[in-house]
Amino acid sequence: MRMSRISAALTGLAVSGFSTAALAAGSIDGAVQKQATNWTAIIMFVAFVLATLGITYWAARRTKSAKDFYAAGGGITGFQNGLAIAGDYMSAASFLGIAGLVFSAGFDGLIYSIGFLVGWPIILFLIAERLRNLGKFTFADVASFRFRQTPIRSMAASGTLVVVILYLIAQMVGAGKLIQLLFGLDYTIAVVLVGVLMVAYVMFGGMLATTWVQIIKAVLLLSGATFMAFMVMVKFGFSMEALFAKATEVSPKGIKLMAPGGLVSDPIDAISLGMALMFGTAGLPHILMRFFTVSDAKEARKSVFYATGFIGYFYILTFIIGFGAIVLVLNVPEFMAADGKGILGGTNMAAIHLSKAVGGDLFLGFISAVAFATILAVVSGLTLSGASAVSHDLYASVFRQGHANEAEEIRVSKLTTLVLGVIAIVLGIAFENQNIAFMVGLAFAIAASANFPVLFMSMFWKGLTTRGAFLGGFIGLITASVLVVLGPPIWKSVLGHPAAIFPYSNPAIFSMPLAFFCCWLFSKMDTSADAAKEQEAYGPQYVRSQTGIGAEGASEH
Amino acid sequence: MSKSSYERVLANPKFHELCSKRSSFGWTLSIAMLVVYYAFVAVIAFDPALLAKPLSSSGVTSVGIPVGLAVIIFAFVITGVYVRRANSEFDELNRQIVEESK
Repeated sequence: MRMSRISAALTGLAVSGFSTAALAAGSIDGAVQKQATNWTAIIMFVAFVLATLGITYWAARRTKSAKDFYAAGGGITGFQNGLAIAGDYMSAASFLGIAGLVFSAGFDGLIYSIGFLVGWPIILFLIAERLRNLGKFTFADVASFRFRQTPIRSMAASGTLVVVILYLIAQMVGAGKLIQLLFGLDYTIAVVLVGVLMVAYVMFGGMLATTWVQIIKAVLLLSGATFMAFMVMVKFGFSMEALFAKATEVSPKGIKLMAPGGLVSDPIDAISLGMALMFGTAGLPHILMRFFTVSDAKEARKSVFYATGFIGYFYILTFIIGFGAIVLVLNVPEFMAADGKGILGGTNMAAIHLSKAVGGDLFLGFISAVAFATILAVVSGLTLSGASAVSHDLYASVFRQGHANEAEEIRVSKLTTLVLGVIAIVLGIAFENQNIAFMVGLAFAIAASANFPVLFMSMFWKGLTTRGAFLGGFIGLITASVLVVLGPPIWKSVLGHPAAIFPYSNPAIFSMPLAFFCCWLFSKMDTSADAAKEQEAYGPQYVRSQTGIGAEGASEH
Repeated sequence: MSKSSYERVLANPKFHELCSKRSSFGWTLSIAMLVVYYAFVAVIAFDPALLAKPLSSSGVTSVGIPVGLAVIIFAFVITGVYVRRANSEFDELNRQIVEESK
């Protein structure tokens, strides 16, 4: 067995400044030690892959039109879509990262879960219906509804691709490390495997296959987590107090587990992170895209209701799992690192070790396979969203000015899927030993600062013009990116400068209001005849967004 | 959407009723969610000791635990409240508007 370099990075999520680190917790940071090949896990994973490839084959035969490819024909039900959204959103970051955070910091883990959840009601109340009624395949359809296509689609596609690629890199690196740890596979092989499978699902099965991969994964993850939480609670007679009492007794943090800790170091950062989580969720292109897979606004609403329920339930389970790991994993020699400092593989492995502690090797195999499946489901959704931005927004609307036929558009989409797969593999390998903790945080910050303001203003403010939306969106995108580079996550942690130029880890509190302000300012300054026409077109857009008259329906088959 | 059906919708008082009811309901619930969440974040940021207090003198469970769980449950419950009203009352109104626009 080849030993790879072991770094201290895995003890990460240290209390100070863990904000973005925890966001990227899907990644297992730093180098990891390769484990002995785990056959139970491999067999279960192979079963998952065979089942999903079977579904992909089935989906491929049903995927003919562009609507089938991008939106599963619009025929997914609200309940199915709710599960798929949950499957898309509950990444390995949520599962392993938040369980790990609860394991190491207790109550603070709950603060994160809540931040990830509270965006959903807002999406429902303000966005879901209008989005469904106005859009077809991508959120750019909505953002560009009454504007000049070329600038707005280019802006939205840039926002989408940046978010997708950052998110993809974080997932790929996390996947490689995780698989190395769980299955004993080589990092490169693991990354290539994830890339190949995701391309296969998306390229052949489009949105239908992606949706079902996400649904199956959500069901597996929810059942696995339920079993773990149940087993933990059984040991404590279903008393949370008994669990907490034991945890505070054995943890070196003691009673501090029960109190807010690291997040309070800076109120501005805490609020900024809260904004990025809440509004970033409403600007994630792969999540927004899911709303076009249902037949109408009614089903779109139901999707959010079910998704919120599943995600909320899952975070409660994660909280129990984290505490369960303190009691059942910490200080158990089998799970401790060789040097006695922390647990094997770092805090993000807490949930994995707990699965072995409560269910033996068989359940460890199951949870490992689920963690792998989780990554596959998330990267597939991301890839499909990136591919649609290129084919539907850039190729069909910008490059061909709306004159591309469906077959060409789908061909471009499949080609892009392949290219994105290659990019994801190459970057996944290139970033193996980089600190990628900032990437998911940056993706949320950009989604909140570029995509969300433009989408929101285009639906709610009559006065928005092409110029305002274009400049506001790009300024949001650039500001968020620059501030992250100058802030502690990159300037200090990655580039190794002694102090960051921009003091906060989360730029959203500055970049998001700035984007809104620029959308407003440049629209107000725009007195062209085009701008007047665009403002006039708000009327019909408003009627359609409210009533669904003229909206895309489900396809017949 | 044809010009005439657009105008018929605009002229329909039910349309304005739907828009104002739905948007005031949506905004009220959004503000409720924002207030609950940012109040929670503000306590964490400015007075964390409040959440760190134990629930009872004999136990270790802190006030923060039920409060945090309540925020999660609140988020779920208000989505349910919204969906219930939107899928019955608002959708019925909407159906009539669409019908009358033809």
